[in-house]
Amino acid sequence: MLKILKYSFYDLMRSRWSYVYFLFYLLLGVVLLFLNNDLSKAVITLMNVIIILVPLIGTIFGVMYYYNSREFTELLLAQPVKRSSIFLGQYFGVATSLSMSLVIGLGLPFIFYGIFNSNAIWDFSLLLVTGAFLTFIFTALAFVIALCNENRIKGFGYAILLWLFMAVIYDGLFLMSLLYFEDYPLDKFSLLATMLNPVDLSRVLILLKLDISALLGYTGAVFQKFFGTDFGLVLSSAMLVIWVAVPTFFIWRIAKRKDF
Amino acid sequence: MIEVKDLYKKFGKNEVLQGIDLSIKDGGIFSILGPNGSGKTTLIKCILGMVLPDGGVISINGESLKNNFKYRNEIDYLPQIANFPGNLKVSELIAMIKDLRAAKTTKDEELIEMFKLQPFLNKKLANLSGGTKQKVNLVLAFMFDSPLVILDEPTNGLDPISHLRLKNLINSEKEKGKTILITSHILSFVEEVSDEIVFLLEGKIYFKGSISELKTKTGQPDFEHAIASILSDSYA
Repeated sequence: MLKILKYSFYDLMRSRWSYVYFLFYLLLGVVLLFLNNDLSKAVITLMNVIIILVPLIGTIFGVMYYYNSREFTELLLAQPVKRSSIFLGQYFGVATSLSMSLVIGLGLPFIFYGIFNSNAIWDFSLLLVTGAFLTFIFTALAFVIALCNENRIKGFGYAILLWLFMAVIYDGLFLMSLLYFEDYPLDKFSLLATMLNPVDLSRVLILLKLDISALLGYTGAVFQKFFGTDFGLVLSSAMLVIWVAVPTFFIWRIAKRKDF
Repeated sequence: MIEVKDLYKKFGKNEVLQGIDLSIKDGGIFSILGPNGSGKTTLIKCILGMVLPDGGVISINGESLKNNFKYRNEIDYLPQIANFPGNLKVSELIAMIKDLRAAKTTKDEELIEMFKLQPFLNKKLANLSGGTKQKVNLVLAFMFDSPLVILDEPTNGLDPISHLRLKNLINSEKEKGKTILITSHILSFVEEVSDEIVFLLEGKIYFKGSISELKTKTGQPDFEHAIASILSDSYA
């Protein structure tokens, strides 16, 4: 698997899109830091961008990579390599290179800005870690979608729908249900609903770390009480790991039974 | 020795293979023929483990293929469509496949020389023409000295001189005692190289034997007419 990972990674590292993605983050980081000069604000703005953009790029890139390398995958399938290694290798290759674009692209301007001498280093690391997690989660989901759909247009469609649902519609439904059931105690429900969507989970994790949970009002207090504790942090990290592990398991399982 | 027993495969409602029984002995060139959609590529892909059969057993040298991937070390395969990751250079692709197979001895240099690929070694695969890609494909397929070689439409896109070189290459591989499976629609090519043909029709084996046997069976003077008579009989 490591060999496949290595080659997928090299292949992507050379593609123009990795650089575009990398340069985008580099530019974003530079603009936010050096024109704004406020580290906390920069981190919040970055968070808003990352939460929406990382899942989108992860899904699109994952689906695109899978469909584009189909013939090559067939070549690999005829080699004495285990099936699961091929697909898991490609998946980790894509996800790793995307995460690297993110981490290095944002990391460089922050290092030059002097993040190491600042208190914001932990907020910033959390931002990068959740960004990497989101990349891995959505790339895995994209691979599952692509493996299930021979038709590229359909695959792309489902991938976009998935992103739209997770990043936009889910929040809308969540809010509507909060309004609709406002007469009932909703603490547990909202905690659970947040845990079940990796996008929301990442957002809440970062917001709470930034100590602006007061802005969130009562919900913020509930969340702070839960996610602010060690138990909450462990549980939410575990949730992110599960969000990576489950789709990865499905990649393995579907790939094992698929005809090429 | 390839042993195929009672092989079934369907894609959705389309029953592609309907009980194939086939045994291919070691050494010689076998051509798998049949009209479009008769299941040639599916059969080959079943042997390679890329398509998982719905029923039946395939074994190579007595070893069942199920949940086994190491046997592919003994197979060289030329896929029908040559399409590689565009960002890689030709030399890198060759190095990569070598690395994946962990093969000790390869004859890639000899093959590169044979197909005159030196000027393309440092070019990216995305910038190669279809025929050149097919040549790279051939290098990849022949560079390991595996006892079983499977070629799916090997002549696709080749110019006449490369075509000739390919024929010589196939014959010299046969001299070494290898088993070579070919699918092709170019009957003159098949007639020239193959020792035995297997004719697939609607997912079943319609005929297996030498070309002269086929001519006697159909009562036709030449190979092309013999094939045509099978097809017109079956479509009538």
